[in-house]
Amino acid sequence: MPEVTVPIGPHHPALKEPVNFKVIADGEKIVRLELDLSYNHRGIEKAAEQRDFIRVLPLLERVCGICSHSHSTVFAKGIEEIMQLEVPLRGQYIRTIIAELERMHSHLLWLGVAAHEIGFNTLFMWSWRDRELVQDTLEEMSGNRVHYGMNEVGGVRCDLTPNQVRAALDRLPHLEDRIARYVEMVNDQQTMLLRFKGVGKLTREEVLNYGAVGPTARASGVDYDVRRDDPYLVYGDIPWNVVTDTNCDVYGRTCVRIGELRESASIVRYCLENLPEGPVRANTPKTAPAGEIFSRYEAPRGELAHFIRTNGTNKVERVDIRTPTLANWTSVAMSLVNQNLADIPVIVAAIDPCLSCTSRITLVSSPGGTPGIITFDELRKRGQTRYRGCGP
Amino acid sequence: MMGVLPAIVYIFLFPGFVFLVMYALFFEFLDRKVTARMQNRAGPPLVQPFADVIKMLGKEVIDIDGVDRQVFDAAPVVALAAVMTAFLYLPVFGLSPFGFQGDLILVLYLLTIPTVILFILGWLSRNIFSSIGGVRVITQMFIYEVPFFLALLTPALMAGTWSVSEIVLWQQQNLWFMFLQPIGFIVALICLQAKLERPPFDIPEAETEIVAGPWTELTGRRLALMQLVKDVSLVTGCALIAAVFLGGPVLPWAVSPAWLGNIAGFCLFVMKTLVVLLVLSSIKVATGRIRIDQLNSIGWKYIASASLLQVAIVLIINYRWVSS
Repeated sequence: MPEVTVPIGPHHPALKEPVNFKVIADGEKIVRLELDLSYNHRGIEKAAEQRDFIRVLPLLERVCGICSHSHSTVFAKGIEEIMQLEVPLRGQYIRTIIAELERMHSHLLWLGVAAHEIGFNTLFMWSWRDRELVQDTLEEMSGNRVHYGMNEVGGVRCDLTPNQVRAALDRLPHLEDRIARYVEMVNDQQTMLLRFKGVGKLTREEVLNYGAVGPTARASGVDYDVRRDDPYLVYGDIPWNVVTDTNCDVYGRTCVRIGELRESASIVRYCLENLPEGPVRANTPKTAPAGEIFSRYEAPRGELAHFIRTNGTNKVERVDIRTPTLANWTSVAMSLVNQNLADIPVIVAAIDPCLSCTSRITLVSSPGGTPGIITFDELRKRGQTRYRGCGP
Repeated sequence: MMGVLPAIVYIFLFPGFVFLVMYALFFEFLDRKVTARMQNRAGPPLVQPFADVIKMLGKEVIDIDGVDRQVFDAAPVVALAAVMTAFLYLPVFGLSPFGFQGDLILVLYLLTIPTVILFILGWLSRNIFSSIGGVRVITQMFIYEVPFFLALLTPALMAGTWSVSEIVLWQQQNLWFMFLQPIGFIVALICLQAKLERPPFDIPEAETEIVAGPWTELTGRRLALMQLVKDVSLVTGCALIAAVFLGGPVLPWAVSPAWLGNIAGFCLFVMKTLVVLLVLSSIKVATGRIRIDQLNSIGWKYIASASLLQVAIVLIINYRWVSS
């Protein structure tokens, strides 16, 4: 076949969120690709500047539907640091429990999606069924399945009752059984090995060059985890290990995530069993002193960073969100070249992309490179001009 | 031979058109239900495939700009006719009345037509996903067709006949080919799965890669008919394996009166095709989708070699024992 352009997205069965690849393929081989992001700009950063700290947390939680706790924790952590506030230990333990449960449900979800991308729907159904156990635990603890709303500046919203702790501990053995089963499956299942091994190679140097984070980086032997290297919550005090792998491909990324599932389960178990007594929330002032903070957090997908600037009021002056997906995109675009057309979905899925969290707009004038501000009307006009030529 | 009226009943009512369509849709239901239960889902109700086909038959047919409408309308009908004709030569409740020396070749040939039609549909669609899917269909066909033919012709070699009915009779007197030629049996099952484009060989319609492949631009009754082709191919494939490898719908001893033997034969047919379907569904559940280049290397390296090995074994056996 001659070179063809295969449009993938913004609407495509492999994608759950809008993004557009123009894949130029020679038969089944990818020659190069053009990437078009930002179909779903929601203006959350701007909205965050107009709410006080109490009301900004629920908003930031809605940046992402999967790592909702990550976004509120990283923000609360930053503000607490500016306020020089000590969060009670019990509150920190509860935050850690929720964070690790969130990592488990995110990784189980990813495992299902990755299996679905290679047409292995059985694993997709199974891992999503087992994910329900985690979701049930989260719902019992917080009242919600997705946006837990557990965080407040200075601690957590509600305490865990002994019954909730017992119910969560009761669910863990079954969950650990299932995780062990998936470890087996990933290593034995022939079609998965065929489709995952040697696909989407990224060497350690490439990962460092393109700044990939999270499981993507750890699968290429980069031993970096914010939880250990810049400890927050109680990660510095409890026993756990950073999972790395040296396969450098989709198989390696699967191994890292499955290993993290195991680690998370043991962290949750440890925290539940060693939950200290005491209050869950400190008394917080309404306003924060002026300051700047760069708050980091290891979300399920990788390092998440919030830059926060306060100005002495009860609102932030600026909050800038860098999601792990944004850091991982370049590495995807690079690892796709020279791969098979059939491998696009699984390579893209391997970074666990969360596209709508990633959309940012920065206006940079092309010769000078100076950032500027654009009004909504002008933005809309530009969008219309751009897409008028693309239609049927 | 049979009279005109029984022949018409055979072709149009039982076990031809009407029964075949019903049985095929029932097969689709069973396939989906078994898959769903294995995947811990509820699965569709019994009437779902029937309702789907009826609904799609009534939906609007959308014509693609600049595509020959008549070819697009005719292609699914030709494919359906081909697989339904193939079914007439397979034993259902006793031997097929239309059987002749060489009908095995005819059945294999007719079963290939839907694949070619699918390629034509994909290529004509003027849609990049369909074109890639069409190319994949034809690439895949060249991989599985050779071992599939070899695996199904080896029983013919051993039985010394090219007729499905006589192969069935040979097994009645001797032993099922499933036991005599286990390698060929496994190769035939794998290739049938590839022919029906079911996981792990659903490469041409990989939904996460190329939307629906050649199916992308099919709408309304074209889609309904192609769905029917898929289901009838499934039944015909299962019936072919049941006849050639599992002894077909005949009891190992003579039964009188004849109608009782026919009923028993029909029950055997249903049982054996269901067993084959269960095996195919299990393969579907237990695997992901492999890539076309991987299928190419696996197909030619292992599956084709295995079928050739089976042929060689049969030739040696024939030379040593049967001919002397």
